[in-house]
Amino acid sequence: MSDFKKTLDKIGIPRLIIFLFFSFIVFLAYVNNLNVTSYIGSVLKYWGMWGVLVLAMVPSINCGVGPNFGVSLGIVCGLLGTLLVIEFDVAGAINASMPGWGSWISMFISMLISAFLAWFVGVGYGKILNSVKGSEMTVTTYIGYSVIYLMCILWFRAPFSSGEIMWPLGGKGVRNQVSMESSFGQLLNNAGGFYIGGESGVFVPTGILVFFFLMCFIVFVFFKTKTGKAISAAGENPQFARASGINVDKMRINGVAISTMLGAVGIIVYTQGFGFLQAYTAPLAMGFQCVASVLIGGATTSKARISHVIIGTFLFQGLILMTPPVSNYLLAGTDISDTVRQIIQNGVIVYALTKVKRGVSSD
Amino acid sequence: MTDKNTSPLVKPAKSGLLSVLFDNKVIVLFIILCTACTLIADTSVSYIAAEVFTRFGRNTCLVLALIVPCLAGLGMNFGIVVGAIAAQIAIFWIVHWGFTGIEGFLLCVLMCTPLAIFFGWLLGKLYNNTKGAEMVAGLVLAFFADGVYRLFVLYIIGGVIPYDDPNLLPRGFGLRNAFDLTGNIKYALDDVSFLVTLRLLFIVTILGELINLIYQKKTKGKFDQRASLVKIIGAAVLLAVSFLIGNLPIVQSVVGGTRLRLTDALCIGAVVAVIYLVAKLLIDRRAGREVNVKKTVLLCALCVAVYAATYINAIYQITQAVQLPALTYAIIVLFCMFNNWILGTKLGQEMRTVGQSRAVAVSAGVNVDKTRIIATCISTVLAAWGQLIFLQNLGTFNTVQQQSNVGLYAVAAILVGGANVQKATNKQAVIGVILFHTLFVVAPLAATEIVGDSAISEYIRMFISYGVITVSLAMHAWKSVKSRHSSGKPGKSDPEVAVIEAEAN
Repeated sequence: MSDFKKTLDKIGIPRLIIFLFFSFIVFLAYVNNLNVTSYIGSVLKYWGMWGVLVLAMVPSINCGVGPNFGVSLGIVCGLLGTLLVIEFDVAGAINASMPGWGSWISMFISMLISAFLAWFVGVGYGKILNSVKGSEMTVTTYIGYSVIYLMCILWFRAPFSSGEIMWPLGGKGVRNQVSMESSFGQLLNNAGGFYIGGESGVFVPTGILVFFFLMCFIVFVFFKTKTGKAISAAGENPQFARASGINVDKMRINGVAISTMLGAVGIIVYTQGFGFLQAYTAPLAMGFQCVASVLIGGATTSKARISHVIIGTFLFQGLILMTPPVSNYLLAGTDISDTVRQIIQNGVIVYALTKVKRGVSSD
Repeated sequence: MTDKNTSPLVKPAKSGLLSVLFDNKVIVLFIILCTACTLIADTSVSYIAAEVFTRFGRNTCLVLALIVPCLAGLGMNFGIVVGAIAAQIAIFWIVHWGFTGIEGFLLCVLMCTPLAIFFGWLLGKLYNNTKGAEMVAGLVLAFFADGVYRLFVLYIIGGVIPYDDPNLLPRGFGLRNAFDLTGNIKYALDDVSFLVTLRLLFIVTILGELINLIYQKKTKGKFDQRASLVKIIGAAVLLAVSFLIGNLPIVQSVVGGTRLRLTDALCIGAVVAVIYLVAKLLIDRRAGREVNVKKTVLLCALCVAVYAATYINAIYQITQAVQLPALTYAIIVLFCMFNNWILGTKLGQEMRTVGQSRAVAVSAGVNVDKTRIIATCISTVLAAWGQLIFLQNLGTFNTVQQQSNVGLYAVAAILVGGANVQKATNKQAVIGVILFHTLFVVAPLAATEIVGDSAISEYIRMFISYGVITVSLAMHAWKSVKSRHSSGKPGKSDPEVAVIEAEAN
């Protein structure tokens, strides 16, 4: 009995419920002979799209700050970098001299600009978080929200002059959805993509998955380096780390800055997969989704592994994307998936908060 | 008051006025912002005043619900959203059963209270499991509760629970998006006349004092039995008088209507305040307590000045434009009195102890978890009632999303009033609501004037709300880290960090 309870505690009740629910949905779809092949394709696509954003949770959790609800800081850096690339039509300029390379190079340029911006933002953000030790989660949440609305005000009046970015009428500010057609929309999705089982079968977006796993590998390798190990040590046991000569505050800043950079790259991957850049309030709930994903994968608020990111994102996105066809079939034309997402996402975070070990000083 | 008196000792360089301004910097900042926006906005002050008073009547009760848990050490209770959910569920059924007016409203109160207590109990359990992270837990729980409520409203009503109303359930399950309260409980509370409100207040005073008398005797709290009896008798006499002269035409013309003009309210308020001040002075002097004649005279002069100001034409126009719903404002006063009362009881003392230090509370034999749950329940019930008051004034609401921002706006308002995570008072709540909602009214107007587009105003509002909360919470966390360092660990100071930094380089 105690063994059973121990196992249950290790897996976690919400994780178990989510896994059972997911299996149940897939089972229902199978039993009712619903055509789910196209949904499997989009699960794979969204897995890659969300992957890097969720990966951004790993450094912040491991450096001791906890889940980075304020990943929105990185997200707005990524959006800004992408908008700059579109504004100056980098893709078009490169295509003129090197046909075919425009999208690729413009994507990497936007990633570089964003990551560069995100590093500076992240260092400042890390400094703020160092001065509020013990209340990081509350503060990150509200910093994330404030930044999104601050950027809303800026987007609204930003002096962009590209016709693709500006509102069609009025001619000022960023429009709600900026098309990525001319720059690098769907670039990673289609790169090396293939169908399993003919044109009507499952589309495997090879490029985006390869990129996601590559990023995972880079983060994995980084945490094996000296700096990476120092970051983990600072998060795991600050006193011990300090005693062994690690500058804990600096490592926390590093962790947060890397998390912010991953957020910036992550939103670019997301945006290219989505095909449209959504500024304004669209990224508002993304921080929560990322936190929930990594927690579903098995992470806690103080320890996260790469495997948690991979499993968690797949389960969470699978659940969200598989629910509509099933609920549509069972409940006659209603889409329950947004409600399900809201309940699961926040339920998982609340559960994780109740499991935070207390008595372990965060400093 | 103590803050203002102590800070000159700490910073002797500052003069009295400057330190007062510095201590209330958030309030000062907001006053400047509001004034600037009002000057920029090309709108009549009467309109702004009327809007602010309407919003004040709507929102204050929700904000007052935050005070008890704050003092019990739970921080800002973002979980008041569950109270709002309880209120909305009650409204669905009371309106569905066809109750209207004040009767329907009271039934809503009756129905939502047990629901709110239950939700509050669950919320309290959660807070006890997330000690130290209550605020983020409350916030996420509010989102979670939002999801469950959405499931309830869109699929369970009509789908699982029978709810036979083709107007409200166009598809057979799932309520329609807008819930109209016109013709049933819209203005149910606001439309109660001032005369009836006064009678109710007298009755409530009598009952409240009686309950207090019994409760304090039972728990042996410290209180003044004679003053209590005097209050009961006074209220009874006034009640009798109100019934005697209530039907006279002259009385009816002033206080018989459903709304009280601000002009009349100021006049009545000034008279009552002067009588109260003089009576208090006389009673205190007879009882041999220390009296401050100068202060009383100054306050009386202030009342007279306020009354005299209504004779200035510009101010007269504004006060004529503002109409107060008597009972709603009376209930705000009752909420404030309730907060003061509960914090004065033995239970309230225990809550304060828990808020100061859980360790001290445990050693003093206080059941910490139970006290925290009770504080959460009180907050949730007050929030549910507050949401009912809000909705009866609003008249129509979004069935799915109306409750979402309740916690955000309430917390932002009380923080603007100068409260922090550990300390909040009625005064701060009232000041905060006035300032926050004034800015809410004038900021979009000013933005429209500057930018020429009102679409940006929603973003400005949300940024102000979130920004206020972020800065306030971060400042508080920063202060507590600093105090922990300066008191707890003297050894971990800058030299050590410098050494480590040198090694790392």
